[in-house]
Amino acid sequence: MRAALAVLLVLLLGSVARAERLIVSVSNHRVTVTPNYSGEELVLFGSVEKDASTPADRKTYDLVVTVMGPRADMMTRRKERTFGIWINTDYRQFLQVPSYLALFANRSFEAITSPEIARRQQVGLNNVLLTQRVSGDYADVVPNDAFRSAFVRLRTERGLYREDPTAVTFLTPTLFRTGIPLPAEVPIGTYQVEIKLFADGAFIGKTETAFEIVKVGFEQFVATTARQNGFIYGLVTAAMALMTGWMASIVFRKD
Amino acid sequence: MQLYLPIADLPVNIFLVLAMGAAVGFVSGMFGIGGGFLMTPLLIFIGITPAVAVASVASHIAASSFSGALSYWRRRAIDPALASVLLCGGVTGTALGVWTFTQLRALGQLDLMIALSYVMLLTTVGSLMFSEGLRALMRTRRGAVPPRRTHNWIHGLPLKMRFKRSKIYLSVIPVAIVGVVIGFIGAIMGIGGGFILVPIMIYLLRVPTSTVIGTSMVLTLVTMLFATLLHAVTNHLVDAVLALILMVGGVTGAQFGARAGQKIRGEQLRLLLGLLILSVGVRFAIELVIRPEDIFTIRELGVSG
Repeated sequence: MRAALAVLLVLLLGSVARAERLIVSVSNHRVTVTPNYSGEELVLFGSVEKDASTPADRKTYDLVVTVMGPRADMMTRRKERTFGIWINTDYRQFLQVPSYLALFANRSFEAITSPEIARRQQVGLNNVLLTQRVSGDYADVVPNDAFRSAFVRLRTERGLYREDPTAVTFLTPTLFRTGIPLPAEVPIGTYQVEIKLFADGAFIGKTETAFEIVKVGFEQFVATTARQNGFIYGLVTAAMALMTGWMASIVFRKD
Repeated sequence: MQLYLPIADLPVNIFLVLAMGAAVGFVSGMFGIGGGFLMTPLLIFIGITPAVAVASVASHIAASSFSGALSYWRRRAIDPALASVLLCGGVTGTALGVWTFTQLRALGQLDLMIALSYVMLLTTVGSLMFSEGLRALMRTRRGAVPPRRTHNWIHGLPLKMRFKRSKIYLSVIPVAIVGVVIGFIGAIMGIGGGFILVPIMIYLLRVPTSTVIGTSMVLTLVTMLFATLLHAVTNHLVDAVLALILMVGGVTGAQFGARAGQKIRGEQLRLLLGLLILSVGVRFAIELVIRPEDIFTIRELGVSG
């Protein structure tokens, strides 16, 4: 599957005729999540640089910004009524899908480009590749597939998947900015940002940047220890329980 | 004040969790139980996944039962021999329970099994306790003497052993089996099991009331410590930060609960406890039967990169 992605990437890059250059930057390349972190917004800004080969009559541009968090396998399960109670019956595994996914544009995706280019460039949540394991086979399915739409909906409800066709604003015809909201439960890791440029419905170029989300402080230390040194973590927790119990029996001792 | 729980991966209000710990502690102090069967559902209710709730509550119960066990130890109200036989079973049961927990989680049926176990156990124990309390209350109204209990079939089993402090002569088989059962359900459901263990020990094993609570607390303490350790090693689901807040709230609340409990008569106390257990069971039953808000759920299987 990785090979397929690589091939896809080469195809995408190969098809780009670079008449314009995109220069972008995010306000912060390293977001630290502290214990009292309750969500933040990064700002991405940039400009479209024209060069000699740019057609002179080209005035307006359209932008689609895709932000993808670290990839992970996710299991989606469906409950069904069996013997009067609701039980998890069917399931589908999503392979290496982004844990965070946001798509922003300056106007509706339909207005920016044709459905076919939108599909090829993965514009819009419906067009992003979400690989599923379907009975031993690996494939993405139609956007209105029950599991796929439920998966996207659940992630959207948690603020982890989003699309906003009004988030990108052009400050001048070539200067743009967009906010990237990061909810409280944002997954840690490296985030890829892809900025795709369209003009008159045609895809004319793209650039990439990245930022990193790291958790710092005590709580991250706890989470790492719990995963890497389970035994010691368990011992410490057990000792903590004993200490608390012992202290309580001293503090509240009835003489 | 918001606090981020590292394992539950969720920001919570620290005072809400503290208050929940104190409220459950109050109830547990009042009835002399661990309170796990209230704490776990409450945590699930505020959005913590059942798996994390069960694993974290284990250490919370360990804390409250340790402070209880210490005070019973000082009053010499613990039977060490009886406790060690119970523990042999308890530790085995806990290991089995954590293993089953892991298997069910992989199958995606853990939440269902937790809910089903709650429904079955709590409605049964709750209604038994409630009806027993009601009968006892009516008996005292009429001024009748409670019927004297005689020995049952359990006392005919082989491998008998003398438990000096409890002044009973009993086979180790039923004692160890009780330990296994409590350890098993405790690890799966995130409960100490005191509310089942105490009645079983009184009615089935005929352990005198002087040692029953202290001894059952020792079993709860050790099985819950063991469960904490096993859950931490196998499933990495114990949230120490959550557990600490619950412990602090719990042990404080328990002190006030114990004082309140002394003002209520025994039969009324059992009636109330029965009602409480029953209502938690019914709550879980309703949840299983009505159509869930969302029939789809997502579980992340480890992040790469």
